[in-house]
Amino acid sequence: MKNNLFTYTLRIADDSLILGQRLSEWCGHGPIIEEDIALTNIALDLIGQATSLLEYAAVAENKGRSADDLAFLRFENQYFNTQLVEQKNGDFAVTIVRQWIFDTFRLPFYEALQHSSDKQLAAIAEKSLKETKYHWKHSSEWIIRMGDGTEESNKRVNDALILLWKFSDELFYMDDVDKELISQGIAVDLETLRPAFNERIHYVLQQATLQLPDSKWKLSGGRQGRHTEHFGHLIAEMQYMQRAYPNMEW
Amino acid sequence: MAGKEWPLWEVFIRSKQGLNHKHVGSIHAADAEMAVENARDVYTRRSEGISIWVVESSQVFASDPADSDALFEPANSKIYRHPTFYEVPDGVGHM
Repeated sequence: MKNNLFTYTLRIADDSLILGQRLSEWCGHGPIIEEDIALTNIALDLIGQATSLLEYAAVAENKGRSADDLAFLRFENQYFNTQLVEQKNGDFAVTIVRQWIFDTFRLPFYEALQHSSDKQLAAIAEKSLKETKYHWKHSSEWIIRMGDGTEESNKRVNDALILLWKFSDELFYMDDVDKELISQGIAVDLETLRPAFNERIHYVLQQATLQLPDSKWKLSGGRQGRHTEHFGHLIAEMQYMQRAYPNMEW
Repeated sequence: MAGKEWPLWEVFIRSKQGLNHKHVGSIHAADAEMAVENARDVYTRRSEGISIWVVESSQVFASDPADSDALFEPANSKIYRHPTFYEVPDGVGHM
């Protein structure tokens, strides 16, 4: 049987979980210690959001699986995050551009989800919005600093935009799951977020003296469980402890 | 910027309303905005504060340790400057 609330919550949770996991790879490797702490703080925020969302998804599913089961014991094609968030960290510019595109989407998304008729999702959105505002400020300022910085930093952030922009459209992916829940006032109609998203993107790019890539090429598939080649390595590392020592806790 | 290193900033945190900002340490940052964010991430992760000031360390003009005899020692012999010779009336609450 279809369980739209479960699928919807899981999709949001997986975006947070996988981006949090990716960002946590920076721990101990940041360009300077202050930025190392900033990135891992953001990673922790995202994993915290994922925890709340996965706990709620587990309740919605009602099949005895816990949030940890959902996080650590699914197969690759059972994760429904967008392909953007699973992309490799690359250099610092790639990490920041990935984060910035995601934050720019998440900001209006959480603003809208606060008004969901589902009280639990609304509460998670309200709490997460405060964190996301900071994430967006942090990533936007870096885009401006790098774009309007040196020749080298401008080139790197521009290369990162070319690499990642094609994944941005999938953030707005909707299907029957969304349509059903929109009609009940639970889900956000993502099309309504596009003006706010585009406005923020252009506002920052203008200050950064950058432009969006010409290419209109778009990639998607994550919401159906189709992932890019690096995703398998990511979940192998993320799941290692639960796979090697089933049911372990600490 | 001359060198490769980002400038150093001194960080001051107000822990709650009514208290003063206190020096808590320093961080590196390329500009003032980044300095506030880095200070937030490094020094307020455990709810230590509600307000942050940052000052570029190079803007701080400090007393010379070599002058400390002249600057501070004369105060040691002037105990009458401490308000310890007054009776505090019972009606006065916490001072």
